[in-house]
Amino acid sequence: MARTIRLVLSVLALLLLVSGAWLGLAWAPPDREMGDVQRIMYVHLPSVWMGLLGVTLNFVCSVAYLLNPRRTVANLDADALAEASAEVGLFFGTLGLMLGSIWGRPTWGVFWTWDPRLTSMAILLVAYAGYLALRRFIDDAERRAAWSAVVGIIIAVDIPIIWFSVRWWNSLHQVQSSPKTVDPSMVFVLRWNAVAFLLLWLVFLSTRYVIARSRRERELAPPPLASEVAR
Amino acid sequence: MSNALELTDVSKRYGPRWALARLTLQLREGASLLLTGHNGSGKTTLLRILATAFRPTTGLVRLFGRDAVAERESLRPRIGLLGHTSFLYEDLTARENCALLARLAGRSAAEARAVLDRVGLGARADQPVRTFSAGMKKRVAIARLLLKQPELALLDEPFGALDPAGIAEMEEHIRSLTSSGATVVLATHQVAHGLTLCTERLHLVEGRAAPP
Amino acid sequence: MTLSKKPPGLLHATWLLVRKDLLLEWRTRARANALFFFALATLLLFSFALGPDTTILQRAAGGTLWLAILLASVLALGESFRVEQENAALDGLRLAPADARALFLAKAVSNGVLLLLLGAGILPVLGALAGLTLAQRIVINSPVATFALTGSAAMALVLVLGCLAIAAPGTVYAAIASNARARDVLLPLLLFPLLIPALVAAAKATALALEGDPMLQFGSWLGLLASFDLIYWSLGFALFPLVVED
Repeated sequence: MARTIRLVLSVLALLLLVSGAWLGLAWAPPDREMGDVQRIMYVHLPSVWMGLLGVTLNFVCSVAYLLNPRRTVANLDADALAEASAEVGLFFGTLGLMLGSIWGRPTWGVFWTWDPRLTSMAILLVAYAGYLALRRFIDDAERRAAWSAVVGIIIAVDIPIIWFSVRWWNSLHQVQSSPKTVDPSMVFVLRWNAVAFLLLWLVFLSTRYVIARSRRERELAPPPLASEVAR
Repeated sequence: MSNALELTDVSKRYGPRWALARLTLQLREGASLLLTGHNGSGKTTLLRILATAFRPTTGLVRLFGRDAVAERESLRPRIGLLGHTSFLYEDLTARENCALLARLAGRSAAEARAVLDRVGLGARADQPVRTFSAGMKKRVAIARLLLKQPELALLDEPFGALDPAGIAEMEEHIRSLTSSGATVVLATHQVAHGLTLCTERLHLVEGRAAPP
Repeated sequence: MTLSKKPPGLLHATWLLVRKDLLLEWRTRARANALFFFALATLLLFSFALGPDTTILQRAAGGTLWLAILLASVLALGESFRVEQENAALDGLRLAPADARALFLAKAVSNGVLLLLLGAGILPVLGALAGLTLAQRIVINSPVATFALTGSAAMALVLVLGCLAIAAPGTVYAAIASNARARDVLLPLLLFPLLIPALVAAAKATALALEGDPMLQFGSWLGLLASFDLIYWSLGFALFPLVVED
């Protein structure tokens, strides 16, 4: 049942992505200021959004895991989802960052500037890479779940602080112009691609979640049977 | 006479292994339990759970009628643990180590000094623990336990690394605990010594109760 | 003889533990000395890497100072938990009982103090290497009142707030890393991205305290640093028990 849904979603995502690519590359009008280069926004922005969505989900799962006082086996679902969302978020965030960098080359002449958004995203990605590294280096499943939830919360709380500090830090130097999508057809294409990316994100997330869940099950021995010898 | 300990269907898992599997056990106040079993049979895990250091994966643990997980803060002053590790800071003196514990448990530093005299470390009390032999470190460890005047005393291999004189002293301390009405759980490979000190016995095999 | 069995409250327990930590630091002060020389060596490395031109060193002084403190902090934080792991001393305290939150506060305070001493120690050296001077007057415009600080007071304030910013999350992460594999890599990997806002704020504020603050930005950076401290000391206070208790 779940596999059928994933299959349907995958097909749908693929269709939307392909059509979205056509819409973005051919159908939508070129930007008045930036020309065709602006078209990369149709994939850059959704990638970034999916990265942030993954991060948000990770935070929610981390809090959910820690709020459960008994921390029974059932709550390892929250932990598996936290792991999946961090990885998928990292993937999309990195993709978004690379696409933003590619956009930057013809626009600003350089692959990287200290634009607050790019910079914040870069810091975030390193932070979540650290989160995933931590998960790799703790062997006990229950400990790993609790400690990575702690780290997940600490990182998530830092996100607004990073954003403000980087903005102040950079505001002393230059002001970046953000691409303005005013044409309604551009908005439409952006939304189309956003939905496509969301579906893709869901497919990746659910697949990764299933993998994480089954790894948890393999790691943890099943409950033992009742004693035959009573003391 | 109520129960000092009540374990109901308690299991503890470390990853792929169950260290304790569905253990049920009661011990009256003032009784003393000898815990035996091979290495890895779950003795240390059981003691740690009784000390409220760990919580069980499943099952209920009650100490003196209270939930060992929910009320661990209020139970800890009543429990003394002599563990595998010494819990000592090597660069502090024996007296400093004990005084810290005393103060945290609501007792005075003077009591720490007194108990160090009692275990025969009065002369060396002001030297860093790093300079102590294994046997002396054991004495500081038992001093830490006696200091709390615990109602529940948990001892994990107390005779390890001790010479015969040391073993005799340790037996004396354990006897003083049992005669003062404390409940004692003693895990040891020295079964013969243990049997003379304890009223009851539990043998563990792979985390379960089994006949010895 | 059963005397009063009432364990101390949170603040008293914290005080007892801070004394323990500072006493341990004093007893092993050879290590703290080595840490100091490590930080000095870092300053030298930066000076050589950035070139002999003192104007560049002066402009980079704020960042250099805080990078040196940050790198030394990784060693200091790791070591502060190694001593607890040696004989499971931390567990012993936890079972004494000691409130895990008191354990956090004490560790974070003592780590903060150590870093502060370190920072205060290397600042004059950096001053000499780069030919630094402190600003005459730093003005902070707050909604409540306007404060005028001397350059040295401003510098001291930045040092204190910056070291506190490293100490709180550093303590939580060091507790985690000390129980994981690859702990030497894990601690800086986790800590560095997290501390970027604090690093930025501290470095900027330091630069202003040295060069002067015509645009009155010092207050904002200090505010950012203070907010970071407030948030992470609270968060550490709440989350540390989840790290050390089962």
